[in-house]
Order: sequence, then structure tokens, then C-alpha cells
Amino acid sequence: MTAATDLTLAGARAALARREISAVELTRAHLEAIEALNPRLNAFITVTPEQALAQAEAADAALARGEAKPLTGLPLAIKDLFCTAGTRTTAASRILGDFVPPYESTVTSQLLRDGAVFLGKANLDEFAMGSSNTSSAFGAVENPWKRQGEEGTVLVPGGSSGGSAAAVAARLALGATATDTGGSIRQPAAFCGVAGIKPTYGRCSRFGIIAYASSLDQAGPVARTVEDCAILLNSMAGFDPRDSTSADLPVPDFAAACERGVKGLRIGIPREYRLDGLPAEIAALWEQGMAWLKAEGATLVEISLPHTKYALPTYYIVAPAEASSNLARYDGVRFGLRENGEDLKDLYERTRAAGFGEEVKRRILIGTYVLSAGYYDAYYVKAQQVRALIRQDFDHAWEQVDAILAPTTPSAAFGRDEKQDDPVAMYLNDVFTVTANLAGIPGLSVPAGQDAKGLPLGLQILGRRFDEETVFAVGRAIERNAGFSALPALRAAA
Amino acid sequence: MSYTIEGATGAWEVVIGLEVHAQVTSEAKLFSGAATEFGAEPNTQVSFIDAGFPGMLPVINRECVAQAVRTGLGLKAQVNLWSRFDRKNYFYADLPQGYQISQYQFPVIGQGEIQIELPDGSTKMIGITRLHLEQDAGKSLHDQHPNKSYIDLNRSGVALMEIVSEPDMRSPEEAGAYLTKLRQILRYLGTCDGNMEQGSLRADVNVSVRKPGEGFRTRCEVKNVNSIRFVMQAVEAEARRQIEVWEAGEEVVQETRLFDTTRGETRSMRSKEDAHDYRYFPDPDLPPLVLQQDWVDQVKAGLPELPDERRARYVGEYGLTPYDAHVLTLEKETAAFYETVAAGRDPKMAANWVTGDFFAGLNRTGHSIGDSPVSAENLGGLLDLIKDGTLSGKLAKEVLEAMFETGKPPAAIVEERGLKQVTDTGAIEAMIDEVMAKNADKVAEYRSGKDKLFGFFVGQTMKAMQGKGNPALVNEILKRKLA
Repeated sequence: MTAATDLTLAGARAALARREISAVELTRAHLEAIEALNPRLNAFITVTPEQALAQAEAADAALARGEAKPLTGLPLAIKDLFCTAGTRTTAASRILGDFVPPYESTVTSQLLRDGAVFLGKANLDEFAMGSSNTSSAFGAVENPWKRQGEEGTVLVPGGSSGGSAAAVAARLALGATATDTGGSIRQPAAFCGVAGIKPTYGRCSRFGIIAYASSLDQAGPVARTVEDCAILLNSMAGFDPRDSTSADLPVPDFAAACERGVKGLRIGIPREYRLDGLPAEIAALWEQGMAWLKAEGATLVEISLPHTKYALPTYYIVAPAEASSNLARYDGVRFGLRENGEDLKDLYERTRAAGFGEEVKRRILIGTYVLSAGYYDAYYVKAQQVRALIRQDFDHAWEQVDAILAPTTPSAAFGRDEKQDDPVAMYLNDVFTVTANLAGIPGLSVPAGQDAKGLPLGLQILGRRFDEETVFAVGRAIERNAGFSALPALRAAA
Repeated sequence: MSYTIEGATGAWEVVIGLEVHAQVTSEAKLFSGAATEFGAEPNTQVSFIDAGFPGMLPVINRECVAQAVRTGLGLKAQVNLWSRFDRKNYFYADLPQGYQISQYQFPVIGQGEIQIELPDGSTKMIGITRLHLEQDAGKSLHDQHPNKSYIDLNRSGVALMEIVSEPDMRSPEEAGAYLTKLRQILRYLGTCDGNMEQGSLRADVNVSVRKPGEGFRTRCEVKNVNSIRFVMQAVEAEARRQIEVWEAGEEVVQETRLFDTTRGETRSMRSKEDAHDYRYFPDPDLPPLVLQQDWVDQVKAGLPELPDERRARYVGEYGLTPYDAHVLTLEKETAAFYETVAAGRDPKMAANWVTGDFFAGLNRTGHSIGDSPVSAENLGGLLDLIKDGTLSGKLAKEVLEAMFETGKPPAAIVEERGLKQVTDTGAIEAMIDEVMAKNADKVAEYRSGKDKLFGFFVGQTMKAMQGKGNPALVNEILKRKLA
């Protein structure tokens, strides 16, 4: 029999239903894996074994009564950006101190409603700002994958949901919640060889998720298969009157949509994504993805997204601007870290100097600058105008195609010591992913191949607003064809 | 005649514009479900949203929007079907989010106007620039501990309407009249209780001075003035200060000032150079506020009668003088009281009694209309007793006094004190005969042509009857008997 930690989420659900394994056994296997590997991977900031086992026992009781819900007994990791009632929530920042929220985020409360078991809180870049999960105040996360022949080199898991992706890849959890502001679900999923979807903006409630950039932030799942992502998203999504930007739309059966096939679909290939200097193996993987979809009956259409080149600078104006305001509440007055000072201003300065890390400070400074009198029109207003054009690019594309296929990242996972001195090089990681956030459309990353050194590479499927179903169908087709079965070096039961 | 202040270099005109912050009357805050009651224990009416906790999101309170729209309609203003909330960013200990959610660029209400009434009976139109919705901040308490400040977040997130006027006022009286009228409209609409002592209505006063005929000079803003009287005092004090500055050959600097009510002068709070850069930008947590025209129409249809319309109705329909109509409509409660008294009765007579003896009685006994011992129904009853001849005007005044003292209905007082007017002609005739017999000399004088003596006989008869004789009958019978 497959080790408990090697089961997919759907597989574990079936095994629980057949009583081949109990929820407590399943949870215990994952807790043991965390105990064994987390000291090295640092994928979790907080592990909650007692709570997890209590939830697992409740799940077994529910299963015994024949009252299984969609996620009953399935152990998950929760990105430490989601507020969890009674469990410390840090956003990977010193400034939140030992903040224990008295409330539960909507997304996690829906997962609990559906019977999920929470193993603990997954590491991330501080306030979700980063692409390498090296900016966490609780230490960097290690990617469980190794370059062949360079087993001693620590690779980054991507970010900001690096803990979520690493935990799922290393079999420390069956799935995880994550958030994506500029690629923070899809890029770490690609780097860690797992699947992850950023749904349409408004599909999941943001209530109780610590804000980075409100107009871009969106929650989504990371899991080892496309179907597992679909199952998790079905529980996470839905209208929430407590979030004014949440969409009052019914949630379709995403899992059912995975098996729709791609026959007759028109798949867009954006010309502007063929970057100069795109590694040959990524270009080749992209070509391979096109060939798979074509063979399954889809039509390939070359499309143009002319404003793509402005997406990254636009993102790095809009996101820091919103962040500079969103993070103003961390002032040492009501909760979290406080460094006392001579007067109020001194208290603010000491608290925020001690509480925020370098990347967060950098983005607050950028954001404050672009919103300042005299610069607002040149930066923020201009960025909003470009954002509208980027959205328009996609609107035009949807007149010709049903989904878009692109690489998720311009490279495989890089070393922890690489790119750290150059913020701009680091920002380039998001080049294929930020457009989906700016346009508010869904994007799914699927592990589709490996580079020459055996590292996983992802392909990304973008779709129309609120058409995650087509995105899942295309993603599943890529997944089936890719037959990705490589395993990370560091994993449970290995 | 226009108001000017005489300086060393001649007459100066004063230019005034007001920014009024009016707390919206609503059960809950602008973006959270927390209560808004005044005077609660500190930090007992605070949701996690109001306290700026991580992950909390604002959700607009529909009722607060309806109140703003009602107010806009009451100010005859443009209702903007599309408006937007912006963040005004600054750090302060009683501002939990580090920003105030406000409507900077696209307010829910655009241009409108208010007609003000001046003491000389004239009226003037004052333009309204805009009205927008915003959150109030919390309160810092610096006097609770020798070296600590305390924060009360009860007010944090409470809905305010900022109502901005055009710089159309030219005297302290006009500024006072504007604020009076604005408060009256808000109270009629029920959108703000207008209570300046509790801070539910506060004014920022923009003042500049100029030589007649000039364009505008630099203005200063006097912040947070909390009574109509202080607004008028602040205007004059600030205008005089600016005149001194200009006349000393210096320049008035644009700045924010505070009015010191004890010293009666304004002092600098912060200059333009220290002004915050608020870094306004659209709040990404809130989609634009989009109103449907038919919803606005519904709100409009549900508006109560406003003071100007009510006053016009009192003059047109009831035939009251403009002055009485003005006095009776100043407060919504007074108008309602008056209308109860006037219902089915002579409206002019009702107006005379309400504005005359009734108001005097309130003053004398230290009551307001809200806790008056004399109800509108009972005052109406008193008028009925005059009408049916039970009471003379003079007796009615006595009865009203007794009503103020006891709170009893007029009929009960008349009964108890035997104040009923005598309408028995036999009794009156007997009394008149007595008076004529006692004053035979005066009767002779009257009959020989001294008509003026008629009043003497009326007085003597009433005196003899202890004021209870029906005056009309006394007159009639006297005329007949003296003839």
C-alpha cells in the first residue's frame, strides 16, 4: 500500500471512506513527517499537533457516523497569512509578535466547516512579499528538490507561499492554502513540482487574510494534483458578505470540470511571452505543452497581449502603494510588537524599524513614494491606466481563445544565495504571473517537466474571469500528458 | 447694509466658508456593525474592523448612505450615482488603520444650497460645494495619567458627513445663521442630532479678509469649533487678527488654527509647510459606491417636510406672519407641537398662544418643549374653552399658568378653581345695575356725551364679577343699559 503521506488528497479521501486508514493515522503520519523534516525544510512556522489530532478524532467519529463532508479528516497546511482563531498568526513578521487572532478567516472557516484537519501554519515571505521565501522573520524555507549533482546547494521554494508548496511537495501535508498577489501561489508551485491555482479575484473571500495588496491578493490552494486543487478550491471559494470585493456568484463543481477535456477549445499562445533569454528548456516545455493540447483536439491560436512588458513595473507600483497603506496599522499601539519610545512618533519609528524586515521596508518606502504629492499622477495614476490596458489585452484575447498557455516562471528554482543582492532580478520571477493578478483572471500552474538538472518546471494556464472550470480542464490535460512522477530529494517516507 | 470691519486703512470685508462634520444618525458605524451610542464606557463599542485588526475588511453600511443621500436631497443638492471611497493616510494613535476612509475625489453629494434667514428678516442663498461620507477617528485621552495617553475607540469608524460650503458668507451673523439653518435641516431630516456639545456637529471655519471689490486673499482654517456662538466669535477674532497682519504690511500665512474660547482668540496649530501629505488613493477594499436612480427617488419620496416648505405653508395656508412661521419652524419639535395645537382650530390664534404665553411659560418654568408640563393637546383644549366662551382671554392666561404648575388639563383647573366665565345674562344685569347705582354721577356724565367712560363701566363690572363676566355680554348689556 502507498504510504499515507504519498496519497493524493482525493486518494486519501477515498481511503478514509473505505476505512482503509483512519483520519488519526493519516494525521499522525503527516505530523511525524513534519517532525522529521520540518527542522530542515522550515516549511511550518507553527505546528499544532494537539489540535490536528483532536480534529482527526472528530473526523473519525464523523466518518463512523457516515457524516463525511468534502474534506473530512484530510490534513492541510495553512499559510500563516490566514488568521486562525486561537492559533498564532504571524505573516512571517516580527511585528505581529505573538498575535493570536480571536477570529477565523472565511477561507479557513470554510475548510473547517468541510471537515479539514489543520496541521499548522506554513512559512511564507514576510507579509507575502517575495519570490523566494527568504524574507521570513522565522527563517528561510528550503526547497525539498535538489539539482542533480549539487545536492549540497540549498534551493529556494519560491514565494511567497514557499512553506505551503514545500510542505505539499515534501509530503508534509496533502494540500495547503496559499495566497497569490503577483504569482505567490503559481511560482512556488512550479519551483516545488506541485499544482497551484490563483482563482479569479473575488472568488475567495479575503476576510481574515492579512492584506498585502488588496486589489491583487487572492487565496487559492496548492496540492499535488490538479484534481486536489479543484477539491480544495470548492471548499475555499464562495461569496462572503464580509468582503465587499467578493463575488456573489455560485461556485461550480471544479473537480467535475477537470475531466472535461480540451477538444474544441482554442488555446492562446501569447507572442509577448517569448522573452529574449528565455531558457531553451522552458521554451521547449512550452512547445511540448502546445503539442499535447493540439493532440487532444484543441486549436492553438497565436495571440498578442501588447502591454505585457509594462506588467511588472505596473505591479511594482500598485502592490507597494497598497501595501504601504495596508501595513500602517502595525504601529505598536493595539497588538503585536511594541518598542516603547520617547513619544508617539518615536514609538512608531522604533516599533516599525524593529518589526519589519528589509523587503517589507523597501516596499513600504516605494509605496509611500509613489503615492506622495507630486508623484501620484506620474506613478500611481499611470499604473492604474496601464493596468486597465492590460485587462483590455485579455478582454481582446478572450474574443479569440478560451484559455492561454504559458510558462509559469522564466527559470527553475534557484539557489538561496543567488539573486539576493539584486531586487530587480528577483522581481523578474513574477514576469509571467503578475498579469493574471493585474487583470484579476485565474491562473493555474501544473508541473509539466524537469530541467536538465532534474528540477521541476511548471506550465501555466490562464482563463477568463470566473471560468476556472476551463482552466482546470486544460490543466488536467497537461497533467495527464506530462505524467509528472519525479520526486523531490527530501520527502516523507523516502 | 453689508458687514465690514473698520481697520486703520479703511473697511475690510470678511469671507467665510464652513466645513461641517455631522455625525450620521445610525445604529451602526460606517463600515462595521459596532454600535454608535454616545457616552458608552470607553472601548465598549469597537469591532475588530474599527480597531484595525489584521485581515479585517470594511463593508459599507447601507443606512449611512441613505442618510447622506437624504441630507443631500434636503440641501437641494446633486446626488452622484457613482462615488468612491479613498484612503487618507496618516499616523495617529487614535487612527487604528493608519488611514481614514473618506471620499476625496468623488463625493456622494455634489453642489447644493441653503437659504439662510438673517436677524433683519432678509434671506440669502449659501452654496454647498459637496457632502461626503467618512469615518471618524477615535479619541485620545491625555488627562487620565501623568505620563500616559489613553485611547477610546468608541468613535472610531462612526459615520460622518462632511458638508462643505462655498465661501459665500460675509459676516459672523451669516456664519451663525448658516450653521443654525444647516442644523435645523439635519434635525428635520433626522440624519444628525445636531448636538454640538456632544460633538455630533463640529465646524471648521475658513476665514479670509479683503478690501471690498478685491479677489480672495489667503485664508486660514479654524478647526473644530463646537458651538454656533463660538463660530461667530472665531470669525470675528480671526478676521481682526488677519486685518492687523495685513495692515502691519505682512502677509497672512495659510495655516490651521485653533480657537481659544477663554481668551477669545485664535492661535496657530500647524502651518502649510507642516501639512500632512495624506497620500490619498482609492480604497481597494471597497468597490465604487453605485446608487440606482429609483432607489434615490424612493429616498426622496420618503423625505419629511423641510423647514423652508413648512414655513411657506404656515404663511400661505395658515395665514401666519413670516416671523411667527419662522419661530414655529425653527425646531422640528416646536412645529409638531404647534400643528397639534392648531389642528381643527384657528391657526393664527394657536400661533399667538404658542409663541406668546406658552413660550413665556416654558421660559419661566425652565422647561423645553420636549419636557413641557403643558401638552399640545391640553393647550389646544384651553383654546377650545376660550372659543366656546367658557374662559375669557384673561382667565385663560391664569389657567395656563396653573397648567404649567400642575400639568393638569385646563377643564380640571377651571372646575377646581371655579374660574368658569359667567354667561348668565341675569347675573350680569344684576351686577351692572349695582355698578350703575353706585356711580350715578358717572352715568349722568356718560349720558351727557362723555363716551370715554364706557371703559370705566366695563372695568367696574368685571372687577365686581372677579373677572369672570363674559366680556361680550358685559359690553352688550352695558351699552343697552347706559343708552
